[in-house]
Amino acid sequence: MLTWLPQNVSTFGGDVDHLFHIIYYITGVWFVAAELFLFYCLVRFHKSRQAQPLYARGESSSQAAWVLVPVLVVLMLDLGIDKIGGDVWHRIKLELPPAGDQVHVTGKQFNWEFTYPGPDGKFGTADDQTIENELHVPVGTVVRFELSSKDVIHSFFVPALRLKQDAMPGRTIKGWFEATQPGTYEIACAELCGFGHYGMHGVLTVHTAADYQRWVQSTWGAAKAAAK
Amino acid sequence: MGASAHAPTAVAAVNDDAFKDIARGRIAVWWFLASEIMVFGGFITCYVLFRYAHGGWEDAARHVNWKLGAVNTVVLLTSSLTMILAHHAVKVGDKQGVKTFLGLTIALGLTFLVIKGFEYHAEFAEGFTPLSGLFWSFYFLMTGLHGLHLLVGIIINLSLLVMALRGTIWACGDRVELGGLYWHFVDVVWIFLFPLLYLT
Amino acid sequence: MATATPSEIRVGAHHEPHLGFLRSYVFSVDHKVIAKQYLGLSLFMALLGGAAAYLIRWQLAWPETYVPGWGYVEPQQYNAIITMHGTIMIFFVAMPFVLGAFGNFLIPLMVGADDMAFPRLNMMSFWTLFVGSAVLIASFFVPAGPAAGGWTAYAPLSARPIYTGVTWGQNLWLIAVAIEFASFLMGGINFLTTALNMRVPGMTLWRLPMLVWTELIAAVLFMLSVGPLIAGAFMLLLDRIAGTSFFVPDKGGDPLLWQHLFWFFGHPEVYVVGLPGFGIMMEIIPVFSRKPLYGYKTIVWGMIAAGVLSFVVWAHHMFVSGIDPRLATPFSITTILISVPFAIIVFSLLVTLWGGKIELTSAMLFAVGGLATFIIGGVTGIFLGSAGLDVYLHGTYFVVAHFHYTLMPLAIFGGFAGLYFWFPKMFGRMMNETLGRIHFLATFICFNCVFIPLFLAGVAGNPRRIYEMSSYDFLKPAQPLHVIATIATLGLLAGQIPFIINFFMSLVRGRKAERNPWHANTLEWCTDSPPPHGNFSQPMVVYRDPYEYGNPDAPKDWMAQNEPPAAPAPLGGGQIRRTGTR
Ligand SMILES: [Cu+2]
Ligand SMILES: [Cu+2]
Repeated sequence: MLTWLPQNVSTFGGDVDHLFHIIYYITGVWFVAAELFLFYCLVRFHKSRQAQPLYARGESSSQAAWVLVPVLVVLMLDLGIDKIGGDVWHRIKLELPPAGDQVHVTGKQFNWEFTYPGPDGKFGTADDQTIENELHVPVGTVVRFELSSKDVIHSFFVPALRLKQDAMPGRTIKGWFEATQPGTYEIACAELCGFGHYGMHGVLTVHTAADYQRWVQSTWGAAKAAAK
Repeated sequence: MGASAHAPTAVAAVNDDAFKDIARGRIAVWWFLASEIMVFGGFITCYVLFRYAHGGWEDAARHVNWKLGAVNTVVLLTSSLTMILAHHAVKVGDKQGVKTFLGLTIALGLTFLVIKGFEYHAEFAEGFTPLSGLFWSFYFLMTGLHGLHLLVGIIINLSLLVMALRGTIWACGDRVELGGLYWHFVDVVWIFLFPLLYLT
Repeated sequence: MATATPSEIRVGAHHEPHLGFLRSYVFSVDHKVIAKQYLGLSLFMALLGGAAAYLIRWQLAWPETYVPGWGYVEPQQYNAIITMHGTIMIFFVAMPFVLGAFGNFLIPLMVGADDMAFPRLNMMSFWTLFVGSAVLIASFFVPAGPAAGGWTAYAPLSARPIYTGVTWGQNLWLIAVAIEFASFLMGGINFLTTALNMRVPGMTLWRLPMLVWTELIAAVLFMLSVGPLIAGAFMLLLDRIAGTSFFVPDKGGDPLLWQHLFWFFGHPEVYVVGLPGFGIMMEIIPVFSRKPLYGYKTIVWGMIAAGVLSFVVWAHHMFVSGIDPRLATPFSITTILISVPFAIIVFSLLVTLWGGKIELTSAMLFAVGGLATFIIGGVTGIFLGSAGLDVYLHGTYFVVAHFHYTLMPLAIFGGFAGLYFWFPKMFGRMMNETLGRIHFLATFICFNCVFIPLFLAGVAGNPRRIYEMSSYDFLKPAQPLHVIATIATLGLLAGQIPFIINFFMSLVRGRKAERNPWHANTLEWCTDSPPPHGNFSQPMVVYRDPYEYGNPDAPKDWMAQNEPPAAPAPLGGGQIRRTGTR
């Protein structure tokens, strides 16, 4: 099951995968135990092998313990999962590390718009550039994004980053990621947004530092890029 | 072995089950009212959340006529009192009282609707419609639904009044009580709506 | 309000009324007839929902190819089909099946009553649902097609016709769903009043069969959760047709509000559908294990706890929707804690099997098969409930597989188990066991082959509600999974053919059923199969709890609830008097 996970290229993706593994093994043990117990009962206590059923009502405390003690173990494991999962959530969505780079992501039917502040590093200036469906970031840099939508709800989903955040019309939602490996990765929309939802397809390009400079130059022109 | 299997008192012991003493009609009406409370609770919660989250509603809220709203509150509270008196009259067998108080309740309910109509008229004249902003959407939606509920209450009371005039009401006296439960519910909804819509 | 006919008159007085066809079979007030009407409606709607599943799966496995019996599926059509599939299956199949059919048939019989507390209201509940179904089906035929905003109808997609192109389809969808809510609210009045007020002497709350408990809890959960969504549906309809902006941000509305209203209802709704499925299992497993249900009171308290908890978990559907991220932590904790009451229920059922004398009838196979598959649905809920992991899994096929693994074992496996078990009581004839077992094997194997691959697709990051995914490179490995799932779906649909044959053949040619073919304890088995008008030929008295099986001190291995104890209790005539006649 776990081998189906796509390659992870974000700093917090490893935490998500780790959490996945922990829950997978904890619940896996319970799942196998419960199914084996069930199957064993059906075979061992089939009426062809059992003349007189055991009469137990499970009401006395010693009998109820057969249910309640495993339940107590479940409770303890739940709390453990809560703790680990809470930490992962905290890291992804609650901590905003200082930005190395910024981008505005806007969903609309049926494209992603990525607005870059340009060499001056400020939004709302003349050198802002909006590129549809292409997100370019440098590797090893914290990228802060502001997510919004022009029409309906979309969901910004980059499987390789283990990142998902809905784009909500009327709100601007802040988030971040840091890619660890250069390459191109796909961006999908994960919230039904209309008949073109399935084609709302973007590409994240993670550049090496040198590569990123080249991209900046080709986009803004050599002179302006040098000012950065 | 289950203790119950040999317990000779098994049957006698269970007849003092409290639930069985509640009249069916009352369970049904309470169920209905509980689901209605959840519906109005939904509206009111949405309204409060919006109002809390977005500023600027005070300007809109200033245009509702709180004086007429206050008069209407008194009217409805009085109608609840007459409803209780009608129920009391059924209990003590006061034939004339039942008719009088049901009639009064209906008249007060109608008064409320007429006053509410004047309010709507004035607001529309000023150009406020359900599309004039979220406050007005909520205002017309909630007061409108409340008015419809009141209208239903008036129809119920009218049918009770007809039964009282024909004298058939004495065969099923708890209907006035059940109708009253509904009436008080409509009244209580207004008690929430009035301060939320008019006074804040 | 109170029905004019006191039950004393109706009990035992078997003046089979000559009502004519219309009043006996169509506008009947007999809870047994109404239950069968619910059953028929839900099975009919299941055909529609199943056909939708077929189209969805075909499109996903072999995108944009000709679907036999239909044609090509267009993107807009696809969205409409998934919307209708979800809506039909939850609101018009699962609910009428486990609540409408089994609740109506069994609550009065199990508490020993002659009918529901308000028979005419009961009839109205069904016909209201019928109207709702008709409105939903009508929405297929309006210009611009049926609703296409998903069964969750998230605003603003659903709030403005311009976003989907759907006009009256979405309006009718809202109206149909609102009518359905009204229908089950009316039904709930009867469930509660009958179960509380019409129990025969001796039938204390702690002697109620579990099915009655689950139906009761389900009805209360539904009533307490649906109100805000009814308010929301009202506001959404106004947004659509009057132009208000409750859920659209342009004039200050908030799309998130709809999600809060929807899921405040949506999560308890899962238990509304699920708990009665458990109730059916809890009736069947003790019977075919010849053992008492293990820890009756623990289970009841567990279910009540699950019901209470279900009201404080709804935001787990909204972790990445833009709510304040600090809210995710408490909702994640409550969500994962839900596993505790469900562990109580599942473990109790498992321990009930231990040391039993197990007979694998079709009913028992579906009950334990449902239990075995529900465990998968249960454990995968932990993955999604953990907010940190939900960041990745939210909105993928993992979610799809998860909720099919919770709802299908409980509502469909449970429902089928109930049908095989109570068919003799409902229709007076036995079903064919061989066909039943074939039906079970086909359903069980194919069901797992549909949804296990979808878990994997979800892990691979495959978003749901995607018309076709061939443009995504990272989903290439997942494509074969969809082919497997689709072939298994065809098997799953074909696997229902033995059931349909069995159902209709048994109706006319099945072996005549005796009163109590399974040697079960609950009161419905103490009357004829099918029960006469008025249900019981003499007033019932209950002496014990419903699961007295395999008691070594008893003369036989079952003790019906109404069987007087060995040393007869001194019974005064007055004590047998039926109560609750007001
Ligand atoms: Cu989108
Ligand atoms: Cu949920």
